[in-house]
Amino acid sequence: MAKVPADLKYAKSHEWVRVSGNVATVGITDHAQHELTDVVFVELPEVGRKIKAGDPCAVVESVKTANDVYSPVSGEIAEVNSAIVVDPAMVNSEPYGGGWFYRIKLANPAELKALLGPEAYQAQIGGA
Amino acid sequence: MKRTPLYAAHQKLGGRLIEFGGWEMPVQYTSITDEHLAVRKAAGLFDISHMGEVFVSGAGGGGFLNRTLTNDLGKLAVGQGQYTLMCNERGGVIDDLYAYRLAVQEYLLIINASRIEADVNWLERQLATFSQRNQVKLENASEATGAVAVQGPRVAEFINQCFPGASTGGTPLAQASDLKKNQIASFHRGGDTIWVSRTGYTGEDGFEVVAPGHLIEAVWDQILAAGKPYGLRPAGLGARDTLRTEVCYPLYGHELDEHTTPIEAGLGVFVALDKSEFVGRSVLAEQKTKGTLKKLVAFKMADRSAPPRPRYPIWSTGPAAARIGEVVSGTQSPTLGIGIGLAYVPPEFAKPHTALEVEIRGKRAAAVVVLKPFYRKPD
Repeated sequence: MAKVPADLKYAKSHEWVRVSGNVATVGITDHAQHELTDVVFVELPEVGRKIKAGDPCAVVESVKTANDVYSPVSGEIAEVNSAIVVDPAMVNSEPYGGGWFYRIKLANPAELKALLGPEAYQAQIGGA
Repeated sequence: MKRTPLYAAHQKLGGRLIEFGGWEMPVQYTSITDEHLAVRKAAGLFDISHMGEVFVSGAGGGGFLNRTLTNDLGKLAVGQGQYTLMCNERGGVIDDLYAYRLAVQEYLLIINASRIEADVNWLERQLATFSQRNQVKLENASEATGAVAVQGPRVAEFINQCFPGASTGGTPLAQASDLKKNQIASFHRGGDTIWVSRTGYTGEDGFEVVAPGHLIEAVWDQILAAGKPYGLRPAGLGARDTLRTEVCYPLYGHELDEHTTPIEAGLGVFVALDKSEFVGRSVLAEQKTKGTLKKLVAFKMADRSAPPRPRYPIWSTGPAAARIGEVVSGTQSPTLGIGIGLAYVPPEFAKPHTALEVEIRGKRAAAVVVLKPFYRKPD
């Protein structure tokens, strides 16, 4: 069963958001990493880049496919997780911890309301 | 989608099923990387029942096939097989395949799943104008036949458990593990014949098994059980592709198609110009002497980068940098931990150490031409 932590918000496209003050940390969910299996490469956005919610801003590649990661929120990229560039397997082993992708300064915190809560995301992925 | 007789077995093992050439096949069971590494270190079991089997027999069979295939079938002893290609009049590849001599006047062709119809149509058309066609019998047994491939350094340790005793046809053997590379032998089971060859598509030691469709599930279960203590894992099409890419084996539809010749693909050693006439000979002979406009190269990504994938553009480097080709096969190599690929480029860019660039999502990443293969199994 894929893990869906209760303290996070989720996008339909399988990204998660952890908010701390005005900064959000973004990654991909346990369900997403499980579907991908072995992550072999991650491409992260540049620090300073301005993103709109829904923009593709990163790429996560498995052996067979390259997949866009869509930013759940708008803002400016504050920090990226170079650890997953060096060791992409962390995206599989720690999707909510060490496998985070980037931190973003929120341009419009009201967007968080449009994201899914854990129950709604769990319902979307169907208890898989 | 078509299903092989092992569909239920794949479901039982939790295989992730995808569409491949009209067939519903497992791309992986657990992870492509794990299955790939299992084959390199211990053993993996693949369902290859979607592939095609054509039996050719009769006094004219050998002559007919030698007219239709590029390699020299005349070199085959009973119980021996060879990799070969079937070309059209322009030297373009209709399919790459294995041809086995099962008996003095009996041959078995193992052909690609995606090419069964094209191959059988071509063979029938060629046979219609073959002078000794009344002495040739062609039988497409694909629908009634199943096959599996069991590959890896430990397979020889348990193969005899699966096919006990001496062979009953093909190469005379006291036990299956006595098969030498490219040899084939039969083992009877009741009234049925199972053919076992020491061949494979992974670059490791291994065996391929061809059996009547109604027997193949029992064969699969037996091999799984016998191999388990040696680390045998079921392996899907994903691992099959990464394994063959690491050893630079072509995949029809990628390195080979009807507009590409074996010479361009670097497979000239399987084109026997010194045998009697065969379809495509004149074009291939000219290419062997005069060269070709494109050549298949193996390349590695120079730094950590996204893996190269089919259709990514290839660029030359330097002040006159230009788009010179595209990737036909590419992946992150599970064994080597870097991006590897195959591409067609003009011959002037085909020398090892030539710098290239692969265009990935609009940015060019450094790569370098290397000698084939990327990986060689330890002796």
